Parts: sequence; C-alpha cells; structure tokens
Amino acid sequence: MAERSFAREVQDLRLGKGETFTGEGILAITKALLENGVGYVGGYQGAPISHLMDVLADAEELLGELGVRFEANASEAAAAAMLAASVHYPIRGAVTFKAPVGVNVASDALANLASSGVNGGALIIIGEDYGEGSSIMQERSHPFAMKSQIWLLDPRPSLPSIVKAVGDGFELSEASNTPVMLTVRIRACHVTGSFECRDNKRPKMTVKQALAEPRKDFNRVVLPPASFVHEHDKIDNRWPAAEKYIVENGLNEFFGPDSSKIGLICQGGMYNGVIRALQRLGLADIYGNSQIPIYCLNVTYPLVDSEFTDFVKDKDGVLVIEEGQPEFIEQAFATFVLRNGLKVRLHGKDMLPMAGEYTGQVMLDGITGFLKEHAPDLLPGQMRAPNKPAPAIPDLSKTVPTRPPGFCTGCPERPIFAAMKLVQEELGEHQITGDIGCHLFACLPPFEVGGSTMGYGLGPASNAAFDGGGDKRAISIVGDGGFWHNGLSSSIGNMVFNKSDSVAVIVDNYYSAATGGQDILSSRANNATKSTQNPITDAVKGVGVKWVRQIDRTYDVPKMREILHEALTTEETGPKVIVASSECMLNRQRREKPIRNKAIKDGLRVEVPRFGVDEDICTGDHACIRLSGCPSLSLKTLDDPLRDDPIAHIDQSCVGCGNCGEVADAAVLCPSFYRADVIHNATWYEKLWQGVTAGTIRWLQSRRAAKRLEFPETV
Amino acid sequence: MTIQQALAPRQPDEKLTTIIKLAIMAVGGQGGGVLTNWIEATARSQGYACQATSVAGVAQRTGATIYYVEMAPMGDGVAPVFSLAPSAGDVDVLIAAEMMEAGRAILRGFVTPDRTTLIASTHRALAVSEKMVPGDGIASSDEVRAAAEVAADKLIMFDMDSLAIQNGSVISSSLFGALAGSGALPFPREAFEAAIRASGKGVEASLRAFSAAYDRAQNAAVDPAQADQAKPAAAALAPEGPAALMRDWQALTDRVLALPAPAQEMALHGLRKVVKFQDVAYGAEYMDRLEEIAALDDAAHGFVLTAEAAKYIANAMAYDDVIRVADLKTRGARFDRIKAHMGSGDRPVALTEFMHPRAEEIAGMMPAAMGARWEANPKAMARLDRWFNKGRRLRTHKLGNFLMLYVLGGLRGYRRRTLRHKYEQEHLARWLDTVKGAVAGHYAFAVELIRCRRLIKGYSDTHARGLSKFDKVMQAAELVRAREDGADWVARLREAALQDEKGAALDGAILTVRSFAG
Repeated sequence: MAERSFAREVQDLRLGKGETFTGEGILAITKALLENGVGYVGGYQGAPISHLMDVLADAEELLGELGVRFEANASEAAAAAMLAASVHYPIRGAVTFKAPVGVNVASDALANLASSGVNGGALIIIGEDYGEGSSIMQERSHPFAMKSQIWLLDPRPSLPSIVKAVGDGFELSEASNTPVMLTVRIRACHVTGSFECRDNKRPKMTVKQALAEPRKDFNRVVLPPASFVHEHDKIDNRWPAAEKYIVENGLNEFFGPDSSKIGLICQGGMYNGVIRALQRLGLADIYGNSQIPIYCLNVTYPLVDSEFTDFVKDKDGVLVIEEGQPEFIEQAFATFVLRNGLKVRLHGKDMLPMAGEYTGQVMLDGITGFLKEHAPDLLPGQMRAPNKPAPAIPDLSKTVPTRPPGFCTGCPERPIFAAMKLVQEELGEHQITGDIGCHLFACLPPFEVGGSTMGYGLGPASNAAFDGGGDKRAISIVGDGGFWHNGLSSSIGNMVFNKSDSVAVIVDNYYSAATGGQDILSSRANNATKSTQNPITDAVKGVGVKWVRQIDRTYDVPKMREILHEALTTEETGPKVIVASSECMLNRQRREKPIRNKAIKDGLRVEVPRFGVDEDICTGDHACIRLSGCPSLSLKTLDDPLRDDPIAHIDQSCVGCGNCGEVADAAVLCPSFYRADVIHNATWYEKLWQGVTAGTIRWLQSRRAAKRLEFPETV
Repeated sequence: MTIQQALAPRQPDEKLTTIIKLAIMAVGGQGGGVLTNWIEATARSQGYACQATSVAGVAQRTGATIYYVEMAPMGDGVAPVFSLAPSAGDVDVLIAAEMMEAGRAILRGFVTPDRTTLIASTHRALAVSEKMVPGDGIASSDEVRAAAEVAADKLIMFDMDSLAIQNGSVISSSLFGALAGSGALPFPREAFEAAIRASGKGVEASLRAFSAAYDRAQNAAVDPAQADQAKPAAAALAPEGPAALMRDWQALTDRVLALPAPAQEMALHGLRKVVKFQDVAYGAEYMDRLEEIAALDDAAHGFVLTAEAAKYIANAMAYDDVIRVADLKTRGARFDRIKAHMGSGDRPVALTEFMHPRAEEIAGMMPAAMGARWEANPKAMARLDRWFNKGRRLRTHKLGNFLMLYVLGGLRGYRRRTLRHKYEQEHLARWLDTVKGAVAGHYAFAVELIRCRRLIKGYSDTHARGLSKFDKVMQAAELVRAREDGADWVARLREAALQDEKGAALDGAILTVRSFAG
C-alpha cells in the first residue's frame, strides 16, 4: 500500500471524449498513455514520478479492462529492459523512473534498446529531479539521449502540452524506429491544471496476442555485424526520419512576432519561467503573448538545423535558455552557426549561470541582461536606471536554522542509529557507508553516521575496499528497497564472494519507504497483484551468508546495540549481515490510526501510548535529543528563573514508539521520561481496581504532603 | 501573430496585475498539500484559473518545503500562463506554517513591503540543530518578528498551531482561516468553507479552527511581542503546611527580605527550591551561604553577585539524587499534570518510568563512610553493577512499584548522611571558597565563576561530563584570574562548553587561553 492513494483520482482516468480532466500532471500523463493505446506500462518509483507508479498501481483494474499489462519493475534497468517488447512487436510501451539516477541504472538496457531500434512506440517518462526539492546529484539526462540516439522531449509544463507530448512521443518513436524519452521536471509532475480528454484506446496488439504469435529478427540483436549496421541506421535513416516528423508535425513551437532582431530559444520546460520574466518586464501579456519571438524546444534532442537557421536568419542576437550543465543545446547551435556561416550573435551561458536551477530571479536577470545588450529600449525605465533603493530588511541568514530532511516521528530507523552511535562510543568510530533511502538521513546531525552514498543498493559494495578487514570492521547500511533493487547481488553477493569481513545492516521497514511506501518483495502486507512476504534473511542465506541476525523490533535499543557489538567483535569470518526490521511509522500510522479510532468509537478497549518528560527532573542537557532528533521530542523554556536552559518536551504528535525510553535506558541518560498509556473503554474490573489503587496512592500522597511544606505548582 | 517592425516598449498588460501569487512555506508533514488543495478549490469555485505546484519527495521528510499557487480570473476561456515557482519580490501572499519558515521566506526575498501579505504562525517546530546543543540553541523568534514587520506589507501573525489544536484540528485549517480572514484573496468566507466541506475529512473540526483563525485575522491580527512574563508575586510562592513549619518558613522569608533588594526575588525562588528538595533546616543553610556572599557584595556592583549566587547555590544544593527523583515521581501534583498533559479525562492512565541505576548511584545512597569503602573497591562496585545496573521499567500506577518509589522518596531525613550528600557539600564548599576568594580583587570574575555552575546538569555520564567541563573551566579560569578581561574569558569558556556534547569547542577555547596565558 503506497503512502498516497489515488483511488478517487483514478476514476478520472475513465473520462471520455470532450470531458475536461482537472488534476495533477502525473495523472494527466497516465490518462494520455491510455488515450494513446499503450499496451504495457512499468517503471520504478522515485521522486518526482513516484506518484505515477502509484497511480498506475491504483489503476490496475482499468488497465486490465483495456488489456494493458502493468509491471512494478524491480529496478529502472528492469523497466527499460521491458521495452524490448516494442522491438519486434507493434505494441506501444511506456516505462517511468526518476532521472538522471534512474537513467544511469537503466542505461545498459536503454543503449541496447536504442541500437536495436523499435517497431512499436517506446516511451521512457523520466522525472527530472533537478533544483529545489531534489534529493540527488545535480546532473542532466540529456547526454544519455545524445550518446544512444534516443530522442528527448521536454514539453511546456502545462497539462495540455504534457498530454500532447505523450502522443507525439509515441508517433515520433514509431516514425523513426527510435525510443523516446519524455522529461518532466519536479514541479511539472505535480503541477495542476486541466485538459480536454479523448477516449481511452485499447492497444492495437496486446501483449497476450503477441505471446500467441512470437516474432524474431536477428538483425535487431546487438551483435556484430548487426550492431555496425544499427549505428549507420541511426544516422542515415532514423535521425532524418525524426527530424522530418518533428518539422512536419510542428512539435517545436514558435511564439511572438514573426520577425524581430532578437529572439529567445528555450527548452519547453523553461517556457513558463521565460514568460513570467517577460511579463515582469512588460513584454508579454497574461496569456503569454510575447513581444519577442520565442522558439520553444519541446524536442531538445535531436535539434533541427533548418528550424534553428530559419528562426535566427533575420536576427542580430538570440538567447538560449537551457537549464543545467554543460550547455549541450547551445553547443549544438554554435555548430549550426559556424557550419552555416550565420551572422547571429549566440548567447546563453554567458548571460545565464552555467550551474543551478533557473529560478524566477535568474531568468529575469538573464533576459534583462540580454535585452540590455541587444534591445535596451524595450526595458521598462526603472530597469535601465533603478532610482529608489528598497527598504533594508534585517538580515536573517544568521538567525534562521537550516532544516534538512530527517527521520519522521516514531521512525523505526532512529533506534538503529542511536544504537550505532552508542556502539561507536564504546568501540570507537568506524568506517561506515550509507546507501540510498531514508536511512541516509543518519549522516546528518544528531547521528552523523556514515559518510558516503554511491548508489541504490550499493552501500555494502562501496565498502568493498575494506572487505579484507583490519583492526576495526567496516559497516555499511542498505535499505530493503536498495537490497532488492540491486543490493542482493551487487552488495551482499559481492561480500560473500570476496570473503568480506565487514558488517552490513539491512534496514527493513516493510516498504520502499523513501519513495512513498510502495510494496516490495519483503513487504509484510498482502498484495493481490504482487508477491510479498519473501524474507530478506532467506535471500541473504541463499547467497551464502552464514552470520545472519534478524531483529524484529528495532526499538529495542539495548538488543540492537548488543547485536551490532557482536557483529563488530565476533571471531567468525565472512560477512556479518544484520536485518533490522520494523514497519515504517508513517505507513503504520496510516494503516493503524483509522482502525484504532474506530475501535475506540465502537467501545473496544484500546491503549494509546505517548511519552512525556517530567519537567522538574529534566535538567536541560539535551543528551536524549542527541540520540533521537525526533520531531515530537523538542524543547520548552520553563518560566523558572532558576533554569538557564530549555528542557526536553514531548508534544502531542508523539506516537509512543518507545525510542525515548529505550535510549534513556540504553545510554543511561536520565529518569525524566515516562510513558503514559491512556486506556480507552477500560473494563469494569480495570476501573474498579484502578479506583482502589489510585485511591490508595492519593491517600499516601496527601499523608506525606500534610507533614511538609507543599509549594504550589508554577511550571 | 502580429508583425512588429520596430522594437518599442509597450504598456504592460493590465491584466497581469490580476494574477495572485501565493506561496506556502512549511515543514514536511504539516499538511501543506491539504491547504493547497483547499486554496485551489476555492479559487476555481470563484471562476478563477488556478495552478498549484509542490516538490513532494523524500527531501521533504520533516524538512523545509514549499507549495506555490497562482490564480487569475478566467478570461474568455483562455488560460493564463502561470509560473511554477515563486520569485523573490514577486509574491502577493506568503503563508508560513512555522516561525522560522517565515524567517526563511523573508530571507529568500518572498516577503516584500510593496506587495506581500505575510500570514505566519508564531509557533516553533525546532530544527535539530537548535535542539541538540547542550545549552540554549533556540533561534530568536523576535528577530524574525522584527524583520517581518519591516518586510511585509500586511502582517498576520499568531500561534495558529495551538489555535488548531484547541479546536481539535491541525494547522492547515487555521492557516486557511487566517488566509480567508486576511482578505488577501477576493473571495467570500463561504467559498473557503465550502472547500473544506467538499474535502469531506474531519470537516467539523477543520471549520472550527478555520473560524477561530478567521476571527483572529480580522481582529487582533498580530500577537503582541512576548511581554515580560509577569513574575509570580512572592505571595504566590508561599507554601502550605503545618503551623510550626510555616513559622520556620516565615523566619526564612524574613531573612530573604533582609538581603539586598536586587537579590530578593531570586533568593525566594532559590529558597523555595531547596526547602522543597529537603526541609526548612536546609533552607536555613541556604540562607547562611547566601548571606555570606551578600556580606562581600556591594551596591556599587548592583549586588549582581548575590543575585547570581541565589540562583546557583540553590541549584547546587538541590542536586539530582535518587531520593529527589523518587519524591518528584510520586507527588500528587505530578499525577494531575500528566493527566492534563495527556488529556486523558477520567480514563485510567498506566504509567511506566524508565530507570537505570548504576553502581555509582547505589553507592551514593549508602551512608558516607560505607559508600566510600565500596567505591574504593572495584570488585564491590562490579558486584553492585551486576545487581543493579540494568534498565528498570517501573509501572508507577501500580501499588507495588509506587510504594517502592514512595519509600525511596521518603528518605529525605536520611539524605544528609549519604555519600552523595557528602560529595555535593564538599564540591559546593570548594566552589564557593574559590568565588569568595576572588570577590575582593575581581568582582566580575567572581560573578562569572558563580555562573559556571550552569555547566553541571544531567544524570550519570552526562552529569560526569558536565562536572568535568566545570572543572576544566574552573582550572582555565585560574590562568586568566589576574587579567583585566579575565571575566570575559570565563564567560567565553562557559559558552564554549555549552556548544557541543563532547567539549570540542571548550577544548579549543582552553587552547586559546593557554596560548596567551599558559
């Protein structure tokens, strides 16, 4: 069960011709796939396209009705490989994953697919995780398109454009026998808007029909001599066919006046930002009608020489607005300019920054700079000579703390790293590597555990240099998602084969949690369409690990610490693998809270735990926070002039996971914590006994109070 | 398309001013998505074209995140071109779901005096970096408030989180109410409420919080800056108890009134703390010590030393031992406090305490001579560890466990004979002697030495670390004793000691001191 359910939104995927769809970009893409007769879909979750996978999973019923096969692939490589079905069969297929990391993983399959060429339209929808909100290295997917000759679409970030790009992508793919990547940036994935629907279409050929009539063609296999032919085919046939299709069908768009001495060229994804900058300069109206010609590249690869040359032929200067580095598009245009002996001044990264997101301010500054050079008269007066300085706003850069992401309230991974921190206090600092996933937050304060991440499922592999062991053992961490994605073979298998002496901790939270709680092989949930409940320990033992420990409640910090200690000190040779399992709290709460609330409402006995801190016992040293960082464990400044420092405080968002009490115990911190279980709908016996006990306790309390000075509570 | 030959500036499209740009800055998990959906639904219901974006993903788990909405009247069925991200200097409404996020919005230039209505909740969700320092690392809300008053065109600022909680809802409802009440969007109240109703989840509670926030936004839109909390009057601090004890207490408070005026209030707080910790006789000892300090003090220095001594001597005398913890855990007022905090009403509450005694605590509870003997014997200590050193969960709502703590808490009469008490008394005496020795020559230095007591806090290892930091600072203080700026250096050392757990900053500061004074 994914973090977010699209059960309601999926109903909109049934809308027919003439009806208007209103919603998120991700859903629009799904609808467009169905309208274009896709035969099979797949992918691997990851922001910003996690929700696309969730939508597809929630839409399985509808997909089934249409004869569309949905596969939640094991990795991006697996997803890209699935497109092999479109090599021989005239079936449209689409897969999705995040970029560029997903494209990295998928590149082997993508390169082979591109060499073979496709018969049915093959669409790779990539969520470009770049700029604010991104969680990965800042790179571009563009060179993957260039190196493998895959076409790259970058539509304007509005629903009608994105929907059109899906159809264009399939057509372009089929017209040129080439797979097509469709890029959507983070905000475009989640942008809301409307478009007019068409009817959903069944695929011309379903995968079932294809199975009944297998086809093969050795000329499509990437083996010499066919592979040499493929390269020439790409250049001699597929590329020209693509250019022809792009030009004839107007995939790229032109806005603004027909002629002018200046012009702007932008990636489709940059279009709204360009228009906003022009609007702020008074050079475009609310509907985007621009006073400066714009050549909008909805296809950023291949670039069409004839279109470019035609656009710039009457212009003194053009500005290429291309986000990310290096400037592949600008370089290609420079080649066109030189080859064709054009006179136009080509601007781009000289006026816009080479690196970083093109935010509103960057865009405004870049376009202003270009206009200052080529058409200063166009600029509003104040731009040319700003007169009034803005009022000075106090500088808050030293005041406002950074707020990086971290473990959620009650996260089961927190106690694992608390235990690891405690073990290191005892045995000294260790070489630790992380992986991809929520557990990577452990490298941030307060835990500061682990110092590298090399890729999904590669945590233990990235400690391979230390596999030979030494005075201290290396520790690596990998999540259950990473483990099944790639970790079993690349990391654990690698450790076994190389007789590693290191320790690997597999963090099993029952889901691919970081990407939104999708089920994976070892998930504990029953999933009607997927095989779950395949234990990680079985897999690990299956590839030959002898020392395996399973922990079923990560919140048991003393036990967690004990097992880590054992793994780091045991005489036993070979890899030491610890599987630490507890359910992702975000998903658990989502699952259990409604059930619990209903039970309380129905009069059933329910205990609701929550933690608290005794204010007069806490001394405000914050040692507990340095082993937690839980959002619900915060600070409170007491109205007590005798106290200098704020004390620990647990707010009402506490879910009673137990970490506070366990850590206080394991690290011998202090006796300030208490757990209070509020008993809803207590039994009559319980109430009676509680009454007697509480009465006795009250009597004892007042007996003592009567004999001494009692001060009124002030805190 | 028009053919335009000469490039000439034109009047900007007037319709551009109809675009409303609204950004929401929140902490992951605050329900920014729900709020965004409501705003969109409201705008669309009023015939506006509306576009929203967010950056959902793992990078937002509990981290800072942003939602962005643009809207404009739908003209002739043609949709305007909206931006997908806010720009500095180009935001009409900024909703900050937390005080430092308001600060971040100002820092990023999203709040400008020419146009921005800033709607911010003043409550704090502390960042890890603020919480984990051993001292007080909480960022200044007042600085953000001051900046907001300059930066915003219109300011609506109050604690929308507690307002939501009071109404059984979450902050998205109260933020939405404040937005509606601000009048920043040209829609009637009913349109906002209809959006909440249509969402169909927790509607009644959401509407209550919405309504409360709407009213606040319309009336007292900005909470006054936190005024100095009214200090509890001396009378309010008066205890209740048997007449004989009350007479003793009266005698002690009379002594407080004989102290220099600037120290009286703190002394009353201190007295209260030590008497609560032990008894009136202990309170008399407190007054003895304080009066000795006061005798060395003078009006020219404003009696700062006495006031600081009143605070820190009390803290030193009311140390955290097993008896104190057991006593505090079994008081009736505590049980009431927990019930209120948990909002349990008349439902039974089961309590679990987390105790982890070590050999040191057990030995500390022994009579001084016996405890010292055990402590000197590693084998004996190892035995104590074996017997006692493990996590103990005490279910204090049950009579047996309660009685155990109750009996322990009742050992106050015996406390003066324990090894721990002996240690604390000796430590206190050494410290005060050092202070007293310094007053005559270097008043400010003595004050700083008194303040160093702040470093000692926590239990077990944390307490030991605090003690060692205290010792280090006191030793390093000797190096700068004769210097004009000696007091400043002690203050600096103390601040350094509070910066991190392991004392790295302190060690660095001591090296600096050594470099010129060693």
